[in-house]
Formats: sequence, C-alpha cells, structure tokens
Amino acid sequence: MSISRRHMLLLLPAAAVAWKHVLAGTPESAPNYTMSQHWWGMLIDVTKCIGCGNCVRGCQAENDVPDGYFRTWVERYHVTDYDIENPHVDSPDGGIKGFPPTKEEGGKNFFVPKLCNECADSPCTQVCPVGATFISPDGVVLIDKKYCLGCRYCVQACPYGCRFINPASNTAEKCTLCYHRITKGLTTACCESCPTGARQLADLKNPNDPIHEFLKSHSVQVLKPYMATHAKVFYNGLDGSVR
Amino acid sequence: MNAFKDSEHLLRLAAVFVVGILVFLVIRGFLVPKSFGEYGHYRGDAISDIAARPVNFAGHETCEGCHSDVLDKKKDGKHAHVNCEACHGPQAKHADDPATIQPPKLDTAVLCVKCHEANAAKPKSFPQVASADHSSGMACNTCHQPHSPAISGETK
Amino acid sequence: MVPCDEQCNNRCDGRYGECFDARRRLVRDMSGVEGFMYPNEVELQWSVLIVLYPFLTGLVAGAFILASLERVFQVQAVKPTYRLALLTALAFLLVAPLPLQLHLGHPERSYEMYLTPHKTSAMAMFGFVYLWYLMAVLVLEIWLDYRHDIVVLSQSTTGWKRFIYRLMTLGSSNISPGALAVDDRVGWTVTLIGIPSAFLLHGYVGFIFGSIKANPWWSSPLMPVVFIFSAMVSGIAAVMLLYMLMTWSRKETIDMRCVDTVASYLFYIFIIDFSLEMLDLIHRIYEADESFRSLDFMVHTKLYMSHIVVQIILGTVTPILLLALTQVLRLGEMARKRIYALAGCLTLIGIFAMRWNVVIGGQLFSKSFLGYTTYKMSLITREGLLVAIVLTVLPLAILWVLVKLLPPWPEKHSGALPDATPAH
Repeated sequence: MSISRRHMLLLLPAAAVAWKHVLAGTPESAPNYTMSQHWWGMLIDVTKCIGCGNCVRGCQAENDVPDGYFRTWVERYHVTDYDIENPHVDSPDGGIKGFPPTKEEGGKNFFVPKLCNECADSPCTQVCPVGATFISPDGVVLIDKKYCLGCRYCVQACPYGCRFINPASNTAEKCTLCYHRITKGLTTACCESCPTGARQLADLKNPNDPIHEFLKSHSVQVLKPYMATHAKVFYNGLDGSVR
Repeated sequence: MNAFKDSEHLLRLAAVFVVGILVFLVIRGFLVPKSFGEYGHYRGDAISDIAARPVNFAGHETCEGCHSDVLDKKKDGKHAHVNCEACHGPQAKHADDPATIQPPKLDTAVLCVKCHEANAAKPKSFPQVASADHSSGMACNTCHQPHSPAISGETK
Repeated sequence: MVPCDEQCNNRCDGRYGECFDARRRLVRDMSGVEGFMYPNEVELQWSVLIVLYPFLTGLVAGAFILASLERVFQVQAVKPTYRLALLTALAFLLVAPLPLQLHLGHPERSYEMYLTPHKTSAMAMFGFVYLWYLMAVLVLEIWLDYRHDIVVLSQSTTGWKRFIYRLMTLGSSNISPGALAVDDRVGWTVTLIGIPSAFLLHGYVGFIFGSIKANPWWSSPLMPVVFIFSAMVSGIAAVMLLYMLMTWSRKETIDMRCVDTVASYLFYIFIIDFSLEMLDLIHRIYEADESFRSLDFMVHTKLYMSHIVVQIILGTVTPILLLALTQVLRLGEMARKRIYALAGCLTLIGIFAMRWNVVIGGQLFSKSFLGYTTYKMSLITREGLLVAIVLTVLPLAILWVLVKLLPPWPEKHSGALPDATPAH
C-alpha cells in the first residue's frame, strides 16, 4: 500500500473526521457532536470479565493516571456458599498487573470492574463548594481542574470511592468516561482495551444503542442502589455480595 | 434630632458595610470567569478544555483503515472482537505517523498469559490454561497465530 | 496485598504471589491497610487540621453562648466573663479559617467560594455564615460594648495606639448617655440574633459531616445537634479556664459566684451532650445496620484509645462526675477551684478527641465495610502535627493582643479604665 492510499483510507471512517481535530488538538469538540443528543453511561457484564487488568492499564496510558491512584480498577470476589454478607475481596494495585492465582477455590469467585458511575443525581457534584465538578449536558460528571480548590469534599461524598486527589495538580480527579474520546466518536480507553467486551460504552439517548435491548432482556443492577444516586453504570450478573 | 445624633455612629458603620459589599460586587464582576453559568453552575469552557485532551488509543476502526489484511484474518477467528490495541497498546502516535513510529514487537510468552492464564475467578467458559503445564515455557505463537488463534486442523 | 518475597520459611506459597505469613506481613506491609479498601480510599483525605477546625469554631460558638447568658438571659453572676468570652470567641474565629486554607490543594483559589458559591454545598454556604457571624454579630457586638472605652482611649493614648483606637471609633466620638443607650439596645438585639447565629455557625459544621450519605459514621440528623452541644461545652470550659487563669495572673480574686454559675451551666449542658452521644450510640447498636459490624470493630480496635478512653471515660464521664461532686457536696473554695480546673482541662481534651473520632474515625474504615486503613500523621508538613499545635496556640496569642487592646476588666483599685501604658 502506498502512503497516499493509506491517507485516503484514513479519511473514510467516520472517526477520521474527528481525527483531524484529534491531531490538531483544537479546543472545540468535533463538529458533528451536539451535547444534548447524548446521555452517556456504561454497561459492565460481570459474567465476561476475566480480570486481565487491560482496562486499568489502558486507562492509565490514556489519561496519565498517577501511580497508586485509580480512575478504574478491578476487584476480585470470593464468596463462600451462603455467606453473601462476608465476601473476601482484594484488588492488588487496582488489578493493574492482573491478579495472582485465586487461592480459595471453593465457593464462588469473580471479577468486578469499577469506575465512576456517572450518577445523574451525584452526591459529589452536590457538595462541591464552587462548582468545579458538575454533570455535563450529555451526562458525564466532569472536574474543572482550573477551578477546583482541592478541598476533598467530593472525595468524601462519593459512595463508590472513585475519586482521588491528583498529587501533581492538587485537584480532584476521577474517570471522565474518556470525554475527550467519546465526543470524537471513539469509545473509552477501557472499553477499547477490554478483550472480552465486558465493558461497553452506552449512549442512552441513541435509539440504536445496543444497551436498550440489553436492559430489556437482562437483569441488571447498579452499585449501592439505596444511595439513590441514579448511577448510569449498569452491571449484568452482579452478585448480591458485591460492595 | 437628638436621636439621630445618638445613632450616627451606627450609620457610619452601616456605610462601611455597604461600601464593603459594593466593592465585593465590583471585584466579583471582574473575577468570575466569563463562561461561568453557561450550562449550569460551572465554567462552561471547562467542557471544551476537557474535550481537547489528545488521545493515546487510536481506536480499532482507525487501525482497520490501513490494516484491513489483519482484519480479514481476525474476523472469522476467536479474537474477532478483541480490539487491536488490547494487545498492541495505545497506537495513536503510530496512526498519526505510521512510517516513523512503529509499535514494538510483542512477546507472546508474557502477553497471552495476561488473559489466558488459568484462574478460578475467571468465567468457566473462558479459554484458560495453566501455562507451565500447557506449553512448558514455549512462546504461545510457536503453535498459535495471535490474530486467529485456533490451531489449523482443529475446529474453531 | 503483600506480595511474596520468598523469605518466609515456606509459610508463603510463592505460586499465589501473596504473603500469608502474619509476622512477615507486619514487617513488610507499610501500607497500614487491613482487609479490603477501595484503592482510592487508602489515603486519608482530611487531616488533623480538619479535626482542629470544628474544635476552634466550637469554642467560638460556646464562648458566645456563655456571653449571651448574661446579655440576654440576665444571668448577672457570669458578668465578669462577658467581655472575656467575646474576645475569646473573636480570637478563635480569626484563626478558624487557617486550618482550612492550609489543607486546601489550591488555597489561592479559596476566594471562589465567595464569588460562585454552589448553593447545594454546605461548605459554600458556610463561607457566608462565617462572614455573617464575624462581621454582623461578633465584631459588631464587641464594638458596641467597647465603644465607650474605645472613644476614651482614642483621646487618652498616644502614638500608633491612638491611631488604632481612632480608626475603631469610625470617626464618631459620641459617648453621651443617649448614644450609649442606643448601643445597649442594639447590642442586646445583636446578641439575640447572635444566639441562633452561633448555633448556625457550628451546627453547619455538624451538617457538613452529617449530610454525607456515603459515610455512615457521619451521616446522621443528630450530627449538627451533637456538634452544637459539644461546642457549648468546650466553649464554656475554655472561658472558665481562661477567666480563672487570667484572674490569677492579674493577682485578683476569682469571683467564685461567677465561676460556680459557669460550672453549673457547664454541668447541665454536658449532661445534654452526653445524652445525645449515648443516644446515637444506643441507636446504632440497636438497629445494627450494614455498617455496624465494621464501625463497631473499628471503635474497639483502632479508635479504642481515642474514643473509649480519652473521649468517653476521661473526657466526658470524669468531668461530669467531678462537676456533679461540686453540685451535690458542699466543698471549700480551694477544692472547687481545683475541680473546675481539672474538669475544664479534661473537657477540652475530651471534646478535641470527639472531633478527632468523628473526622479521622470516619476515614479509617472502608465504605465497602470490609477493611481499615491507618492515619499517618506527619510532623512538619503543611498539614502536620506541628502546624496543628501552632494553630491551637495562635488564638491564645491573638487573645493576649486583644486583651491588651480592649481590656475586659477595669482596674480594681482605681476604679478607672486601664490606661495605654504597656504593662510589664
């Protein structure tokens, strides 16, 4: 293939339109993106997760996540028989290097990937004193690094432990659902890296998004539903023992 | 008259407060970012700031634009839905400048076990092996072609 | 997880990669984590400075309530502590924002809370409650009560002191009986408004914690109420101690009627505070919701010293019993003074421990209820122990300056106002 044909082919896919903006690094989003047409969430299929840690590594590579902090992580559960209320859970380095062999082979073992739940009624945005964290019109909870005071109130208010303070910028940080990617027609880094399709980006306002059919035909849950955060990360096959 | 004289100091204090509030409002007018409140109680420009971040993963559609031959090999095999960068890592820089920036050659001896090493917590239906017993140290691509991993002669 | 380093005499199974030898783990695991915590939870978010902050604002609210006892409720016995209580409140209120500023990731952006306060955020609204309380209540009341003395001092002193006093008069030198009567009436109204304002000031701090549904150690409607009453206890104890100390250092006689009355108020409010805390505890134990096992274990292990021993036994039960002794028995003056001093000190320690147990305790356990972490308090960093000590002592230094500038007591012998010449 000659160079010019390669460039021609690059222009064809829809994402290539956005690719020019990607390369140019221009502050505006891709031209064919309107915030009000999207309402982002994610679908996680626990029955497919193999705990490889690709998502954690991919997120770190995409978003420069500092060592020891996690925008997404994977937990491993061991549940003996009927004792749902006392699972044994571990997440060595957030699962970034995968998991060592599972010692207890009796009972039930599985992996649960976790990330910011992009709550529609998020307690974290409620408590921010200055408006540095907010939910965008397209449903992604974001943090304005230039405005954040680093008071850590939002970190305290998140029931899921998905927020942290970035030691380099001294501001709050968390999963942004790869906002800089999804606004350009790409999927998130974690979904791109996931080899089994356990993680799928979902656009709830898109009538053609497979999530609608999936939600209708499967039993799904959200984490900590009693917190009434209106989380938009849906879990298929989530066990009752999951914290 | 007398009452006014006796409360005059209070009026002075009130004046100090009023001036203070006015000065605050003027300063506020200068300091609040212009795009604040555009979409909600936050700086509207923050959205475009965040969206402007450069990407590191090209996305499989971009890879397939050039590497359609690999796509053909993959599409009927078990790795059909495994995206390119799941194994090859973030390659946006390579997609940007394919001639100059080449992705490193992957070592299947350490790469494949990240997914396929046997672990009791993995779904039972997922293909997994105890690598020490399965290949006794040989690199996986000795027998398996990563883009279409089924060994020829066997059913997929 | 502690990885296996193959040093453990076969207790570790290298195949699993994880160390299961308890002793080896203790030596090698510096993380301080037991059980499971969400990965981002291991490091504590709020440090000892955030423990100090409710302690300081509590002293402010408590001192002001004591002052209001005399002004609004006409409890004449406590009049000797009136001005001191106001100055104490001011000294602590001025220092209160400092621990907050020091703990922020970007203190230079803290003004944003006044420019674009988020109306759903208790922390943002608190900025205005603080400002209101400082300017429209405390400073106003102090100014109105001291205005006569300020005007006199602005005419009798010289040099830079004269300049300061003249500034404080705002250019008005009217201290006629009519003007002073106006001051008195307005001051009474300010104190009246000040009482709910003081409750708001510290109740808000309680609400900042109590409204966090993610944290079951904090989330409770009782939290603001408990904070208010423990604030009153600490404020009253602080003013009582300061009054006794300063009177002794001035070589004056302590007004026992005053101190007895203050101590009795301390006793009654302490009983209410203790009842509220016991109510919270009993309620938790009885309902035993999903967080209970984890919290119960935490109180019995990680928080045993600070909660059971320091806060409850030494800091609450002991002072209550000591004060009860003075209420029930007829004790001599010396004995009562000693008991008040001891009870006061124990009270302050106990209320600080209470703030510690709320703030630090609320971050030691995982929101998964499956693990615990450790608070590693540093010594000389921006949020370390040294800074906390300095910030605790600083209000006392400011109080010393305020007492010099605005003396709370007239000179006993001359009956006239103290003049401007610096003492000692």
